[in-house]
Amino acid sequence: MKLKQEQVAQAQKVSGYNYGYLDEQTKRMIRRALLKAVAIPGYQVPFGGREMPMPYGWGTGGVQVTAAIIGLTDTLKVIDQGADDTTNAVSIREFFKSVADASTTEKTLDASIIQTRHRIPEVTLKKGQILVYQVPIPEPLRFIEPRETETRKMHALREYGIMHVKLYEDVARFGHIAISYGYPVFVNGRYIMDPSPIPKFDNPKMDNMAALQLFGAGREKRIYAIPPFTNVKSLDFDDYPFEVQEWDQACAICGAEDTFLDEVVMDDNGNHMFVCSDTDYCGERQQKQELVVQENEQ
Amino acid sequence: MSAFQHVEQHQKESEEQPLMSVRNLTKLYAPSKGFSNVSFDIYPGEVLGIVGESGSGKSTLLKSLSGRLSPDSGSIIYVKGTGSDQIAQLESLYEMAESQRRQLLRTEWGVVHQHPMDGLRSRVSAGGNIGERLMAVGQRHYGDIRDQASKWLTDVEIPLDRIDDMPTTFSGGMQQRLQIARNLVTHPKLIFMDEPTGGLDVSVQAKLLDLLRGLVTELELAVIIVTHDLAVARLLAHRLMVMRHSEVVETGLTDQVLDDPQHPYTQLLVSSVLQN
Repeated sequence: MKLKQEQVAQAQKVSGYNYGYLDEQTKRMIRRALLKAVAIPGYQVPFGGREMPMPYGWGTGGVQVTAAIIGLTDTLKVIDQGADDTTNAVSIREFFKSVADASTTEKTLDASIIQTRHRIPEVTLKKGQILVYQVPIPEPLRFIEPRETETRKMHALREYGIMHVKLYEDVARFGHIAISYGYPVFVNGRYIMDPSPIPKFDNPKMDNMAALQLFGAGREKRIYAIPPFTNVKSLDFDDYPFEVQEWDQACAICGAEDTFLDEVVMDDNGNHMFVCSDTDYCGERQQKQELVVQENEQ
Repeated sequence: MSAFQHVEQHQKESEEQPLMSVRNLTKLYAPSKGFSNVSFDIYPGEVLGIVGESGSGKSTLLKSLSGRLSPDSGSIIYVKGTGSDQIAQLESLYEMAESQRRQLLRTEWGVVHQHPMDGLRSRVSAGGNIGERLMAVGQRHYGDIRDQASKWLTDVEIPLDRIDDMPTTFSGGMQQRLQIARNLVTHPKLIFMDEPTGGLDVSVQAKLLDLLRGLVTELELAVIIVTHDLAVARLLAHRLMVMRHSEVVETGLTDQVLDDPQHPYTQLLVSSVLQN
C-alpha cells in the first residue's frame, strides 16, 4: 500500500519544466509589471500573459503572478470562495507542489503567499504576507464604457463621474447601491479599481492592509497592485453610504457572528444552513471550542 | 497680430469681450474637404448660425471649435471662468492640456448632437443621463443630483414619471430634449449644436425651437448652431456664417444675410427655400 502511494507521488513529479513552470524571462517580465503596479497603486499594467495549463477563468492570471514570486522558502495557501478544499484551490495547490516544490498550508497565518479567488481571509493578514487575487475582468469602467481606448483615457485623466452614474442607477432602481461583489474602490486617491469579485463584505479589509495585494488578470493580461498600508475607499454617495452585508444568524458550525456566510442547501426539502465561507477560520474556531470542552471535562 | 494680442487689444477698446475668438482656423482633409481660414468672435448670449450645403465643412468646423478635432492651423482663444477672473483665464484651446479641454466640454460647454443617442447613454436612465455631468464635477449627494435632474426634466417638458426610464424608450423629440437638459445641467456658457432639429417632424421641431429660444434668453447662453435649415437659422441665430466648399463665403446679421444675400451661393441658397 505504502509502495503504491510512493509510485503515485513520483508519477506526479513533472520534469522538463523550469522552476515555477514559467521560464525565467517570463518571470522577469511579470516581476517588472508587478514593480510598476506596486509603484502606481490601482493602475492596470499590461503584461504578456502566457498560456497556462488551465482554462482562462480558472485563475491563469493569479497563477502567473504566484509563479513569478514564489521561491523555495515560501509557503503557499490557495483558497477558492474562502475554502481550501474546492476543486480550483486543490488543483492550483497541487500544481505548485509539483512545479515549484512548494510547501503548502491551509493555515492563513502560516502562509507567505495566499492565492485567492473571490474572498479575503477573515483573519487579519500581517506584514510580509502577499495576497494574490485572480481577476476575471480588471476594468471597473467596462460595463459603462465598452471602449478600452476611452476607459484608459478616463483613468489617465481621472474622469470618474461615470462610475457614480452606475451607483445612481442602482439607487434609482432599487433604493440602495445593489452591487454586492466586485464593488469598485478608489485606491490611494487616484485610480478607481475593480477589487476582483470579492464580496463587498471584504472591501473594508483592503483599506490599510498590512499585506501586499497583487491582482492578476490572465485573459485580459493586466496586473495591478495595492501596496501595504494604502488607502482604499469604497465608492458611495453622501446620503447613501457604503455598507457591508449582514446576516441575522451566526455560522451553524462554529457560531461566528462576524464572518461572511455561505448558504448551504442540505436536502431536497428546502433545508439549508449558513456556514462560514472561510474554512480555515471556521476550523480554527471549532478546534478552539472543542479544546474548551476538553478542558472542562478535565 | 497674434490672436492673444488681438483679444487684449479688443479688451481695451470695449468693455465687452468675446467669449471665444477664432482666427484663421484651418483643417483640410483634402482640398475643399474640411474648412479653411475661418475667423469670428462670439459674445456671451449670442447665437451664431453656420449654414451651408452638405459637405461644406460645417460639422467638421463645429467639431474643431468644440475641442474634439485638432485643426491644422489657426487659433481658438476661449475665456474660461466667470466674472472678474476671466481675463486671467484666457486660454488657447489646443494649447491647453487634454484633461482641461475635456473638463471644459463637461462643465462650461455643451454639445448637442444631431442624433440624440450619440449624446446620450442608452443604458442609463433619463435621470442618470442628466446627473452624469453633475457627478463628473464631483457632486456626491444622491438627493441633490436627483432634485436637479427632476428640475431639468420639468424645464424641458418631459413628464417627471419618466425619470427612471431608459432614453431608448423615448420618442425622438423627447430624446433631443433630454440631450439638451443633460448639457445644460452644469450651467454651461457655450453650447454647440449640430442640426438639433434634424429628423424631427415639423410640429415637434417648432416646440423644440421654442424651448431652445426660451433657454437661450433665460440662461444667456452663447450658441454655435450648425444647420442646413434656413428657417431654423432665421428663428434662432443672431448672426449667420454661410459656408461653401470649406470656405466662409458670407457673414452678417441673420436678417441681412437672408433678406439681402450678396454672394451668388447665398442667393441660390435663399432662393431654394420653398416660398408660399
